[in-house]
Amino acid sequence: MSMQLISANHASAAAAMLAARANRNARGFCSGVYPITPQTECIEKLCAEEIEKGSVVRVESEHSAMGVCIGGSLSGARTFTASSSNGLAYMAENVFAAAYYRLPIVMMAVNRTLGPPWNIWVDHGDTLMLRDGGWIQFYCEDNQEVHDSILLAFRLAEDKEVLLPVMVCQDAFVLSHTMMMTDIPDQPAVDAFLPALKLAHQVTDKPRVVGGLDFPHQTEMHRKQHMEAMGRVLGVYARVQDEFQRTFGRRPADPVVPYLMDDAEMVIVSMGTTASTVRTAVDVARKAGVKAGALRLRMFRPLPEVLLRSHFAGRKRIAVVDRNLCPGLGGIVWGELRGLGDSGAVIQDYIVGLGGGDIRPEHITRIIEDLAGREKAGDPVFMEAGE
Amino acid sequence: MKEPILGGTAHTAADRASPLLRPGNTNCGGCGMSIALNMLSRAIADRKVQLVIPACCGIVTAGPYPYSAYGAPVVASTFAAAAAFATGMARVAEANGEDTRVLCFAGDGGTYDIGLATVSAAAERNENILYICYDNEIYGNTGGQRSSATPLGASTTTTPTGKSVDKKDILGVMAAHHIPYAASISMGHPEDMMRKLRLGLDGHGFRFLHILAPCPTGWKSEPSEGIELIRLAVDAGLYPVIEIVDGHEWTINIEPRFSEEALNSFIEEQGRFVKSKVAIEVIQRGIRRQWESLRARAGRQNAPTAG
Repeated sequence: MSMQLISANHASAAAAMLAARANRNARGFCSGVYPITPQTECIEKLCAEEIEKGSVVRVESEHSAMGVCIGGSLSGARTFTASSSNGLAYMAENVFAAAYYRLPIVMMAVNRTLGPPWNIWVDHGDTLMLRDGGWIQFYCEDNQEVHDSILLAFRLAEDKEVLLPVMVCQDAFVLSHTMMMTDIPDQPAVDAFLPALKLAHQVTDKPRVVGGLDFPHQTEMHRKQHMEAMGRVLGVYARVQDEFQRTFGRRPADPVVPYLMDDAEMVIVSMGTTASTVRTAVDVARKAGVKAGALRLRMFRPLPEVLLRSHFAGRKRIAVVDRNLCPGLGGIVWGELRGLGDSGAVIQDYIVGLGGGDIRPEHITRIIEDLAGREKAGDPVFMEAGE
Repeated sequence: MKEPILGGTAHTAADRASPLLRPGNTNCGGCGMSIALNMLSRAIADRKVQLVIPACCGIVTAGPYPYSAYGAPVVASTFAAAAAFATGMARVAEANGEDTRVLCFAGDGGTYDIGLATVSAAAERNENILYICYDNEIYGNTGGQRSSATPLGASTTTTPTGKSVDKKDILGVMAAHHIPYAASISMGHPEDMMRKLRLGLDGHGFRFLHILAPCPTGWKSEPSEGIELIRLAVDAGLYPVIEIVDGHEWTINIEPRFSEEALNSFIEEQGRFVKSKVAIEVIQRGIRRQWESLRARAGRQNAPTAG
């Protein structure tokens, strides 16, 4: 292994290339790529590399990028692509299709604000839009986590009990363009961690239709199977964590990452890089005698509901920090978590850092102060725009 | 390699053993796409193929899960992405040293309209794909709406009084990509058709075949008269049967007579041209323009053109 000072975009590409090469003795690798800020450096890096077996196809749109991955995956190759924001929106049809074909495609998504008006900075609304697309979703906090999550995503996606695509999400610029020392494993270690892909429903010369017509009861059956596969993800993920630790000597984070939760009376929930800011603010609150704790939601799909419920049990006040907005509802994460607390618990939504606005410890401190004074939850609070 | 009996121009017992389009499919009687598939079946013979079929009548043909009316593996792709799916499949086949031909089999909607960017990009990259567009000049699957392949004057459910603009010149578009092979196919000329299907199957790089496919349901024509309609369209000069190698070697394969009688019959035998009462002179003007351009490209300026 080697320590390299690289951006999360390059760390993503490095992980994808290691995974690609690890399949060189099987059906190889195939990727369709299309540039979009702030993901571009990742696919440029892929295009600069030589792959023993396989290709990176420079296509004309995100829709086709995923299309090439679907075709490659159906033919049994390992596949990867990356996108962001409006690119993901344009790709959406094939994002859903990839999951419905039950293909172990891995995609790195840089979270960026959807336009118009155009804005290239971080906002989780783009990948959250795809939350119902049948993909596993991880949200990362640092470059190493982005890299490691992509490596383990292949293992998780290709597990026979899972067979689902995985989206590894990272915050625009905060991670994508920020260089950090990143531990990049050697090829032999990755070869050992990622066995050759053997897709059970690979298209061969057998006359069979993949993705043809379903009658209603068949659709329900297929969706139920999809749901059941999602239900197995947490168990398989735990095994993948163990295997990752055995191979690379470090343990990938849990689906929900707690911080000072043991005696916490109030909980701040966040995703992505916001979590590190939240921890700083929680430390400040603790010094002032406030029993605050934090949860980072690393896995959003499948939603680790049981874990969240157990963390929420006994807590009176819970703040959900949403870096996204669903107009007509509020924050999407809050929308999903608001029913998971004890009866009578205050679960309040705070909208922070939309369109890449800075989320500073002071924002979180204000959230903690606001939450402490609440006896019941109200409308989502916009931390910058106010009332 | 097993080759079809009588050059594939006649249906024989050998074709019935393992057809590409199996009995029991639900296509309409007289469906041009069915005929195209049967001819394709004979051209394929024992070559290994994988089909990518986007949203179109051709995927409904496959029938419901878990059955298949196709005698070859089929991927039912999203509407606009057939050429992208096929790209991935062809790249992986090539990387693994397999001689599998990856075919797209798409209607005019998936080719002329929603899939055009994808087709264009795959052509520009010269992907190793045989792309076959069976063109029934209509969104048949959804009940008969206009596409950019619908000809001038044809009534559809979205152009009830007749389409007011010309059909898109898809072969010209594809030729402009300088792909190794592009051709239009007349199902009324089976020898020429079989030759082109085989060239398409055995070529390398992006090959594009355009097949005018009668749709009795949408064209409001007699199911038994589909092939006659194609012959009339060819004879009238309405449907040029040509091939283009590398985007610049244009060859006219079948010389039309530019018969006004054929043109009149073609129009009169289809209910879709009744409402618009499109004037024959207007159609003839279009034919003339198209052939002037074709003659120039084929280097045969002095050959006969329309009236």
